[in-house]
Amino acid sequence: MKLFSFQFLSTLRLGVKSLLLHKLRSALTMLGIIFGVCSVIAMLAIGEGASYEAQESIKRLGSDNIILRSLKPPEDTRAQGAGGSGRPSAIEYGLTYDDGARVQSTIPGVRRVLPIRIIRENVRFAQNEVACQILGTLPLYSEMAGLDLPRGRFLTETDERNQANVCVLTVGLAQRLFPYQDPLSHSVKIDSFYYQVVGLVREKSQAEQRPQSGRMEGEPLDNNVYVPLSTARARFGEVLIRRSAGSFEMEQVELHQLTIQMEDTAAVESADPQIKALLNRFHSRNDYEVIVPLQLLRQAEETKRIFNIVLGSIAAISLLVGGIGIMNIMLATVTERTREIGVRRALGAKRKDITLQFLVETVVLSFGGGLIGVVVGVITPMVVSQLTTMKTIVTPWSVLLAFGISGAIGVIFGLYPAKSAAQLDPIEALRHE
Amino acid sequence: MATPEVIIQLVGIEKRYTLGEEVVVRALRGVDLSIYRGDYVAIMGPSGSGKSTMLNILGCLDRPTAGDYFLGGTNVAVMPDDDLSAARGKMIGFIFQSYNLIAQLTVIENIQVPLLYQGHDVRHFHDHCVRLASLVGLAQRLTHRPNQLSGGQQQRVAIARSLVNDPLMILADEPTGNLDSRTGLEVLDLIDKLNSEGKTIVLVTHDEKVAARAQRVIHMRDGQIEREVVNRVRQSPPPEPLPA
Repeated sequence: MKLFSFQFLSTLRLGVKSLLLHKLRSALTMLGIIFGVCSVIAMLAIGEGASYEAQESIKRLGSDNIILRSLKPPEDTRAQGAGGSGRPSAIEYGLTYDDGARVQSTIPGVRRVLPIRIIRENVRFAQNEVACQILGTLPLYSEMAGLDLPRGRFLTETDERNQANVCVLTVGLAQRLFPYQDPLSHSVKIDSFYYQVVGLVREKSQAEQRPQSGRMEGEPLDNNVYVPLSTARARFGEVLIRRSAGSFEMEQVELHQLTIQMEDTAAVESADPQIKALLNRFHSRNDYEVIVPLQLLRQAEETKRIFNIVLGSIAAISLLVGGIGIMNIMLATVTERTREIGVRRALGAKRKDITLQFLVETVVLSFGGGLIGVVVGVITPMVVSQLTTMKTIVTPWSVLLAFGISGAIGVIFGLYPAKSAAQLDPIEALRHE
Repeated sequence: MATPEVIIQLVGIEKRYTLGEEVVVRALRGVDLSIYRGDYVAIMGPSGSGKSTMLNILGCLDRPTAGDYFLGGTNVAVMPDDDLSAARGKMIGFIFQSYNLIAQLTVIENIQVPLLYQGHDVRHFHDHCVRLASLVGLAQRLTHRPNQLSGGQQQRVAIARSLVNDPLMILADEPTGNLDSRTGLEVLDLIDKLNSEGKTIVLVTHDEKVAARAQRVIHMRDGQIEREVVNRVRQSPPPEPLPA
């Protein structure tokens, strides 16, 4: 065993020596593998990073949740609804309090239902005025959304019952409204009412704010004010006036969102069609959407898988090209060193010794290239995420995969040249000029 | 002189090459030859006489079409390729016309190559190899590469290499063919010295003067041994005329 390892070591040394004899050629050959390995790792890292954000935000919605959102019906339906009166009338759409109650009472496996009402309004304190999203919701929200409560308290059942004029601000909003004062001892003015600030919260992630799709693009997302649902209903009424770009429109929406938490993820699957059927019975128009985070997650995973396959195949092709480069060079090397092969055979080398010698050279090339490729491939995504905002994640398995493939390519593409070297007739080889 | 032991015996060796459809070249047509331990044999002959084929078969690089070749008591004519490789490595030391050192290896490493293929751990043979290098006068050049050596020096490395496995026979193919006459003489003197120390030498040449140093000269023609001349000058070779 020791003998074998020594022989192997000297074969390895010889291989390295032979490669060093043509430094530029070996380096160029290695370059093919370096790029191949590097692109496998870097591409998978970028792919992984791209899907990570999406998956995380979906996961934060909760995998055992089903989210219903009010959706403004398409334009044509609205035009009919407005009639020809010429006077803007309130558009009535969206989820209702009854929807919430019906889901709660009829769908099996529902744990709890959280209604949310969202009102766009300016919030003022002294001279400061900030455009905000006012969320009328239940005390349950804090738990279901996983709010972080650095100061004060969240809304309580008592607040809800009393339609109390209290509110909870997000930390970012509090800093804007109260640059110098302690928000907890003051009240903010929304519309024409004053609300006492009882607590400050931090959302788990700002990306998690769920503005109704697309409407709040470009606005700060952490300007949230939480008020009791009953208060919101009493103070803002059912008709909301939305001012935008010089015009205004009125709409009547009871609830903007219903978050339905199921008992477990299994219940989500069966409840999804039932909820849709239930809502269909009471909504003549398509004025809501159903978001199932679990399904989104599965879709995202599927997308990621396809993404990985596509990127991986592109990278694998470059590895393959690198392998062909190795084979090409090794074939040339075998021809060039035919004489040496003949001499070695005359001096007692068996066929397998010659095979091993050339195989070791290709494996050194491909593993060397693989190692350098791994280093470059780990650095590249770092540089990419530094230069762009893209997130990249280098997974250990992609490094192992790339390195393994590079080694395999060395063996596969080295085998033929090595075998053909071993098959040379020693007499012919010795005569070769 | 005690009766020397037969180490090489060729019995009815034939070698035919088939070229194309019907053309069969009979390179050797029944060669019988015995070589004794300590012999110095020169094989001569014009081109096409079968001397190269003879060399290949003696060197176990090729197998005869018919006949038996006993090398050190075993019939190598019927050996499979791997055993033939082993036989070459163990029993034959080659000296080639164009030295055939391995370019990427140093002098000492070149000398070690046959050991490697015998499965030896060359570290245990370092002193042995150094001794061989000094025997051929290259003890100061152990770490030089072939391209840093003159032709004569390279050929001396090749001689040291041929000795490293203590072979039964040293097979030299025109060892002075690429050398000028003076370095050629040095190399031949070295070979003479090896023979005087008991090494069996088989030398293929077309040079009368080189052959004249051998104890036996075998002349080949048309794939057969035409005649054998015994010089009987084994102890003291005749002085060579100085180069012109």
